[in-house]
Amino acid sequence: MTHIMVPVKLVPDLVEELEIADSGTALDMTWLRLIINEFDDHAIEQAILLKERSGGEVTVIAPDQEGMDDVLFTAAAKGADRIIKLIGDFEEGTNNHALARAFADAAKDAGPDLILTGVQGNDDLDGSVGPYLAEYLGMTYVGYVAGLSLEGDKAIVQKEYPGGLIAEMEVSLPAVLGIQAAEEPPRYVAVSKVRQMMKEASIDEVDAGDLDTSGGLEVSSMYLPEAAERAEMLEGDEEEIAAKLVEIFKEIGVM
Amino acid sequence: MNNDIYVVIEHVREQVADISYIMLAAARDLAQETGGEVVGILLGQDADGLAGDLAADKVLYGEDPALAEFTSDAYQNALAGLIRENAPRAVFFGSTTIGTDVAGVLSARLGLPLVSSCLKIDDGMIVSQICGGKIMTESNLADTTTLITMIPGGYKPEEGQGGSPEVTPVAVDVADLRVALKEYIEPEVADVDITQEDVLIAIGRGIQTEDNIELAEELAELLGGAVCASRPVVDQGWLPTPRMVGKSGQLVKPKLYLALGISGAPEHVEGMAEAENIIAVNIDPGAPIFDIAKYGAEVDLFDLIDYLLEALEDA
Repeated sequence: MTHIMVPVKLVPDLVEELEIADSGTALDMTWLRLIINEFDDHAIEQAILLKERSGGEVTVIAPDQEGMDDVLFTAAAKGADRIIKLIGDFEEGTNNHALARAFADAAKDAGPDLILTGVQGNDDLDGSVGPYLAEYLGMTYVGYVAGLSLEGDKAIVQKEYPGGLIAEMEVSLPAVLGIQAAEEPPRYVAVSKVRQMMKEASIDEVDAGDLDTSGGLEVSSMYLPEAAERAEMLEGDEEEIAAKLVEIFKEIGVM
Repeated sequence: MNNDIYVVIEHVREQVADISYIMLAAARDLAQETGGEVVGILLGQDADGLAGDLAADKVLYGEDPALAEFTSDAYQNALAGLIRENAPRAVFFGSTTIGTDVAGVLSARLGLPLVSSCLKIDDGMIVSQICGGKIMTESNLADTTTLITMIPGGYKPEEGQGGSPEVTPVAVDVADLRVALKEYIEPEVADVDITQEDVLIAIGRGIQTEDNIELAEELAELLGGAVCASRPVVDQGWLPTPRMVGKSGQLVKPKLYLALGISGAPEHVEGMAEAENIIAVNIDPGAPIFDIAKYGAEVDLFDLIDYLLEALEDA
């Protein structure tokens, strides 16, 4: 039976305004709203799709951060068989090297055949979790994956190239795959079903010990971008702006 | 460690990818600070001809049948040996389907730091753009060989073209392969070729529902154009893949690019930055799309579309 592990993490919600901490080298975590990394959400979906298609067992694993219980119970409601929370000093954020090492330690115990994780996170600055995890486990890594099937001890993966080109790769298991998009959009689960999972399912807690952040990156400054030339903002209500747009369309010769 | 700056040249089906030239331009800026040479690393089979146009001081060419087309582990193994033996000051990889399969693994394997999403080199500092274009960072080169993944936007490909570097064959070891390319699958045939349209109505997450796409279609029809989209819309299955603009999608240069509810993440901007006239409508004043648009409007998308449809029908 194929055992699929899906490591997930939280990232800043980019809909919210981001602020820089007083240190000038990191995001201000005080008001930061964190959400599941959307590519990790696709990785969960792809794992559940594989399970539905050819059987197997899905484990979703995540570091202990505020809001993570909801993410894990949601994964259980979608069909994850086991949900694991890594206990450690994750609340203030950590680097991807440390996170990957913590995932790797847990994976050594769980022994998955296949690990699916998001190809990147929007706040990745010292590389991404997937390739590190693969190397720490001595597994092979292929990213930008947008679909796969399992054939014996191999995965046949569709890897995205620019312009819509796909490279079909045969990957020997065990392997870590960086998921760009699941074959179907991540499924919706009703809040009631997640609540039910909170009663029925339980989160396994695994001690991550002291985090090893070595190999990470030292940032000398972090700042908000200043655009050299910002758009000319059209003023007025929607009706007035519509009229201005028509004028612009005429000016540039598309009407 | 020497002062040279390596650039891993990306190529697919005998074509050098633009990101390779962009990296060469960045490497030139960095080499001026370190005092070393810009060295292209070309891996392939019968591929030394691809070196001809690279603006590098020299090219190291590693040949092996397993390197004929990219696979992650063949590249990882070949490059691990080269980087370990030669210890350059820095190595550029694309922040692409090729580069990111290799850079992270080598960072862990060789114990070297990796800086992601480099947009440009500024006075020797590595300037990165993260969080969908909303945050910038600066980092110094580390005390060891520093690995860097590069995003487009800071240099034009032409800045890294036009050299005629000396090509030196080097031995590479690709042993122990666990990934094989089976075949390339051509892109879906498009109902509309968005790269040929003068007018593109582009929709993003802000369009909210599949039903609302009809509104964009009406606009496109009135303006004689087509509807295209950013990744989230295509991932939802609301529009087919050939309509996607950006990193894994199409590169478009229309006369008018009307971006409706698109935030302007770098992955999207990569596909449309060269459009002649970009007009962006977004309710979030902090959306990075306003940094590259010519005109912007910070209003409710659907109210605006209603008025715009009305105005276009009257016109």
